[in-house]
Amino acid sequence: MRGYLPDYTFESANSLKKALSFCEAGAKPFAGGTDLMVLFEAGLLAPGKYLDISRLKELKGIKNSKTQVTLGALTTYSQIRNHLILTKQFPILGLASREVGALAIQNRGTIGGNIANASPAADFPPGLLVYDAKIQLISTKGIRTLDYNRFHLGYKKTELRQDELVLSVSLKPEFQKYHHFWRKVGNRRAQAISKTMMAGIAKTTKKTIQDIRIAFGSVGPTAARCYHVESFLKGKAINTQNIQEAKQLLSKDIHPIDDIRSTGKYRLRVSQNVLEEFLCGIG
Amino acid sequence: MKKITLTVNGKKISVQAHPFARLLDVIREGLELTGTKEGCGEGECGACSVLLDGELVNSCLVPVLQANGKAILTVEGLSKKSLCPLQKSFMKCGGAQCGICTPGMLIASQALKKKKKRLSPKDIREGLAGNLCRCTGYSQIIESIQKSGGRT
Ligand SMILES: Cc1cc2nc3c(=O)[nH]c(=O)nc-3n(C[C@H](O)[C@H](O)[C@H](O)COP(=O)(O)OP(=O)(O)OC[C@H]3O[C@@H](n4cnc5c(N)ncnc54)[C@H](O)[C@@H]3O)c2cc1C
Ligand code: FES
Ligand code: FES
Repeated sequence: MRGYLPDYTFESANSLKKALSFCEAGAKPFAGGTDLMVLFEAGLLAPGKYLDISRLKELKGIKNSKTQVTLGALTTYSQIRNHLILTKQFPILGLASREVGALAIQNRGTIGGNIANASPAADFPPGLLVYDAKIQLISTKGIRTLDYNRFHLGYKKTELRQDELVLSVSLKPEFQKYHHFWRKVGNRRAQAISKTMMAGIAKTTKKTIQDIRIAFGSVGPTAARCYHVESFLKGKAINTQNIQEAKQLLSKDIHPIDDIRSTGKYRLRVSQNVLEEFLCGIG
Repeated sequence: MKKITLTVNGKKISVQAHPFARLLDVIREGLELTGTKEGCGEGECGACSVLLDGELVNSCLVPVLQANGKAILTVEGLSKKSLCPLQKSFMKCGGAQCGICTPGMLIASQALKKKKKRLSPKDIREGLAGNLCRCTGYSQIIESIQKSGGRT
């Protein structure tokens, strides 16, 4: 049953400074609400103080310079999929955004929410992992920057402290010469929570892999890079034997489980096939 | 309770509401505009679709405080004196049967038509992917939009 309204307070922060002091005092940030309102509807949203951060301009916008691209935490999937430069520099982020929920969710859901909510099935993290993103966290004590790779600690556990907000993620536009690959596997194209998903980038010369990065989501407690497969493939030729070996090695990197959406066995098999699809496409 | 100011279908109004109340409930119960429907209550079905400052949203997922000061278009705002071209086309092409999904379908279609003039069936399918219909099988809805003429 839906939550009981009097159990909640909800205030809007009109300045970042005020928002940070509210967070320090225990208020929980509320951005697009596409994760939180589902909990509220199910009666699972913890009662207490919530803070509307959706109007904070410091958390908004996509900034481009020659050496760095910064996405404010409040950037929505619609803003990403409609951004011509960003989707050219980081195609996976555009492709993943197009497949989140459906348009109305893409208009409201934010990347900060996707990251902070830390669902193993979240669609944004694998792309951030292969592009070696950094994440900026802000509190009254200042800003700290982490490698995104170090942000997710375990199932629904992150580096984010209760008094902190995700401020932005930043990426270096240095992947022009790479192949970019994104594949989400769910029950249907829209409104589907992934059973497995893969982001991959690779640079090849003459059928040999110079550099490769692979990340999967929905097949472990957090999205994760596949270092066994990556280091095996680096410097190798793209041929049937190497592809088969890479597929076998994948079981060292991902550990899918049975849950309501799928089985571990199915997930591993399909993930291996998706990896093969990627590798066949880069040759 | 907090005073919330909204521009609903072009008219500025104020209501008293709990800031965390769903925009859907404020529209249906506070403003008595019952065209907007509730299906799932969790963002999956699109029955509660409205435009918030011109953007398609699920009103079941928006706490009303986040709409404060903004413009809302509900299905009641689509027609002025007579039905709008989209509504007429839905009637003509069989785009509505039981009608529970129709207000949401119309609003989502309106959002699509505002963004792009020539819509392919693929654009329409993607644009309406968040709106479920148990009756029509979707084909008539796609046809309704394609035959509804240019921008509305
Ligand atoms: C119908 C439907 C379909 C969906 N489909 C997908 C899908 O295909 N793929 C997918 O990945 N997700 C999907 N989602 C989940 C959701 O839309 C995304 O995770 C979205 O990005 C969440 O962002 P939000 O701003 O709405 O988060 P909110 O609900 O506002 O917040 C989520 C969590 O993040 C915290 N938070 C938000 N912003 C910040 C910040 N700046 N700093 C610190 N903490 C913050 C909140 O406190 C909360 O714990 C779907 C949801 C629905 C309802
Ligand atoms: S009632 Fe809002 S999406 Fe179903
Ligand atoms: S007309 Fe009945 S659900 Fe669409």
